[in-house]
Amino acid sequence: MIEVRLFATFRDGREKILYLDGNDYLHAADVLKYLGIGNGDVAILLINGRHSKPEKDVHDGDIIALFPPVGGG
Amino acid sequence: MATTYNGKILRINLTDRSVKVEDLPLEKAKKFIGGRGLGTKILYDEGIAKVDPLSPENKLVYATGAMTGANVPTGGRYMVVTKSPLTGMIACSNSGGVWGARLKYAGWDAIIVEGKADKPVRIHIEDDKVEILPAEDLWGKSSEEVTDTLVQIYPAASVLNIGPAGETGSLLASIINDKDRAAGRSGVGAVMGSKNLKAISVVATRTIVPAYDTDKLRDATRAAQAKIKENGVTGSGLPTYGTAVLVNIVNNIGAYPTHNWQSSYDAEADQTSGETLKEKYLVRQGFCHRCPIGCGRVINLDGRIVGGPEYEVVWAYGSNCGVHDMNAIDEANHLCNELGLDAISTPCTIAAAMELYQKGYISEEECEGVPLVWGSNEAIFEWTKRMGRGETALGRLMAQGSFRLCSHYGHPEISMSVKKQEMPAYDARGIQGIGITYATSNRGGCHVRGYMISPEVLGLPEPLDRLSTEGKATWTMVFQDLTAIIDSMGMCLFTSFALGAPEYAAILNAGTGTDYDVKQLLLVGERIYNLERLFNKEAGMKPEDDCLPRRLTDEPIADGPSKGEVSKIAITLPQYYEVRGWKDAFPTEETLKRLDLV
Repeated sequence: MIEVRLFATFRDGREKILYLDGNDYLHAADVLKYLGIGNGDVAILLINGRHSKPEKDVHDGDIIALFPPVGGG
Repeated sequence: MATTYNGKILRINLTDRSVKVEDLPLEKAKKFIGGRGLGTKILYDEGIAKVDPLSPENKLVYATGAMTGANVPTGGRYMVVTKSPLTGMIACSNSGGVWGARLKYAGWDAIIVEGKADKPVRIHIEDDKVEILPAEDLWGKSSEEVTDTLVQIYPAASVLNIGPAGETGSLLASIINDKDRAAGRSGVGAVMGSKNLKAISVVATRTIVPAYDTDKLRDATRAAQAKIKENGVTGSGLPTYGTAVLVNIVNNIGAYPTHNWQSSYDAEADQTSGETLKEKYLVRQGFCHRCPIGCGRVINLDGRIVGGPEYEVVWAYGSNCGVHDMNAIDEANHLCNELGLDAISTPCTIAAAMELYQKGYISEEECEGVPLVWGSNEAIFEWTKRMGRGETALGRLMAQGSFRLCSHYGHPEISMSVKKQEMPAYDARGIQGIGITYATSNRGGCHVRGYMISPEVLGLPEPLDRLSTEGKATWTMVFQDLTAIIDSMGMCLFTSFALGAPEYAAILNAGTGTDYDVKQLLLVGERIYNLERLFNKEAGMKPEDDCLPRRLTDEPIADGPSKGEVSKIAITLPQYYEVRGWKDAFPTEETLKRLDLV
């Protein structure tokens, strides 16, 4: 399974965490498409804690974390 | 010709109770902008680097920025500049709220407080009328009590004060203004307390300062406002979630220190995130003077409407102390405001004490009924109170900060500090550039002296690989210099998520009549940073003070997404000195000449 963690406004109308079958998704962009989130709306895409791009491959066991533009200090 | 400077400085000597009005030397002001730069220049020229920080010889400069009070976004900040009793080096603590703007409107660019009153006093300023008044009745009182008392006397006043922590000489004492905004770091409140000065209230008739070119300033402000509104972070993320939205980001990259940096990932961190704060406690946004962002949190704390915690505080009282109760963190944050304590260094010192207790260095008896166990709400409340009020032997020791605490027990390596000041909420093992900021910050462990988190974690203005060292020295230097400019202008660092040097140059030039291009402006920032370093050199700083705690260089992160990483500061520090034009941690003669600092 792929664990998808959603944060900030991405939680609006969605679960905080989803589990998806890794066989159904080739790239992170496919996961975004499933969630109805545009590639351009994602400010930070982490795969296993590493900053990644939507075209990156995803596999069973991966943890994907998605953030809209947010920040602080 | 009018400018955003008032052209006047107030010098108050508490020993002989004299009040003098001095002209602001305009050329000096423009060369160092104002605020942080001007305050440092004043102290450097007056020989403060060599004095005992808690003696009457130390001076406190309450400095407004060049654009404080002007019609610019976030133009309302002031800085407390002094010699720090915590680090023994330069302190520059920056705060929002409305107090800074009120001081500017009252007609003053800065107040220099020197000497020591023989008994507790307060200062009241009403435009050009300045009074030194008895304050024995306020001594021992909390920020809220002091503010409420003074606002009853002067309904239009903005109030700045110390709490009990500043009175009892805690080196972690802050200065609070407007009840919940803080010049928090480096023990500036202890310096104020050492002078027997409890509060400064300001009433001002004016509500705006003039500008050198009003039309150009309006245009520059409009352009900046539009960028702030369009930017995802300043226009949407910060207003909606506040700074604590960082909890989940930093935790999910595995750079979120827990249990005094013994680990760097917390599976339960979401319980204390900005999202949770919004969902369960937020009443409304909090805004500082002329702020279009509103990152502040006004929260409901058990029926009381109070200022909520920032990201750093959520982390420091939360995961760093093993606590996952948002309400407890809110309460502890409120206690820091009431007692006048640095809400970063105080919980970080409690976390260090918890590790000392975990390892058996602090005994059960010393805890006097409140064991320093991880995750204990009672521990974070009671030890904050004891530190703030100077109660119990261990509380008084902890009130001197984690370095002195851990050194007392023979384990200074447990103090997660740089130059004796506690580092904030980003593990430099998993974010290489922020390690350079920590190690070389002139005021000790600090993130807002060069916020490398912006490119390394948030990807702004462009993404950098957080684990790489490549180019980080130059990036850090530019961020440090730009930050010195923003601070000296009296604007909020958060505007830099949306604005760059061209926007700041346009605003400053229109306000003050300078004619800086971007390169020249960055040179001014570099000059300020180097002047702070010269102050530290005179204060006795040694090259080896530019370092990170051994844990960051020798102990790989134990678990989480950044498992196995260590700081590569040994590689990046020489690169940083090279780009700075420094040798052995200090500017070369050539660098000083280039910056017109000789």
